[in-house]
Amino acid sequence: MSFLFAGYLAVWTIIFLYLVYLARSQKQVNARLQEISDKLRASSDQ
Amino acid sequence: MGDVQRIFYFHMGTAWNSFLTFFAVFVAGIAYLITRKSKWDKLGAACAEVGMVFTTIVMVTGSIWAKPIWNTWWAWGDPRLMSVMVLWLMYAAYFILRSSLPEGDKKYKFSAVFGIIAFLDVPIVWMSIRWWRTIHPVVITSSGAELAAEMLHALMVSLIAMTVLCVTLVALRTAQRLNSSLADEVFQQLDQERVSRQ
Repeated sequence: MSFLFAGYLAVWTIIFLYLVYLARSQKQVNARLQEISDKLRASSDQ
Repeated sequence: MGDVQRIFYFHMGTAWNSFLTFFAVFVAGIAYLITRKSKWDKLGAACAEVGMVFTTIVMVTGSIWAKPIWNTWWAWGDPRLMSVMVLWLMYAAYFILRSSLPEGDKKYKFSAVFGIIAFLDVPIVWMSIRWWRTIHPVVITSSGAELAAEMLHALMVSLIAMTVLCVTLVALRTAQRLNSSLADEVFQQLDQERVSRQ
């Protein structure tokens, strides 16, 4: 039973870690888009 | 085998999807070389990434299953295990190659060719338990799946669930890569406009 638990734990841990990585990548993309939006706003103000 | 047999459902489900994603890398590579559209590169890279995650799960779950069954975590001489490890290492090399080149056609072209070549290991992994002597079980033979009906149902549910998860992850990551690339392009254009105005 302990090996089965270890197996399932490993599967969900790896998937969870990948989801964390995806969330961090998404944050970076959002920050980049925000930067572009700020630049566009600044240029339209000028 | 007892309870530990149930690891098989995750093991097989993720193995199937890793083959599927590496096949998609192969197709995306060919599509890029023909069309030269960067969307194919983004799709290929996303599939390779998800494929590596799934292959990692395959190796870890296989190893955990092997300990109580084979009395070892890893059988170094086994063709199936070693061909899977080569597969994992090849896609690790794919990402090292990608990270060593600047964005552009050269990177996409090299990645496409590497992705096509790396896929050649997938049929070797699949056939390794049929071509060579191995201790790895053969579940799917030419006469079908050698499983009890209840086990086959559980396997089908697992395969469908893992495929849905895999497609979702690939779609998310492809969209992310496309948006990131688009943001970089817009950023460069804005910078060029600013410089030309000055």
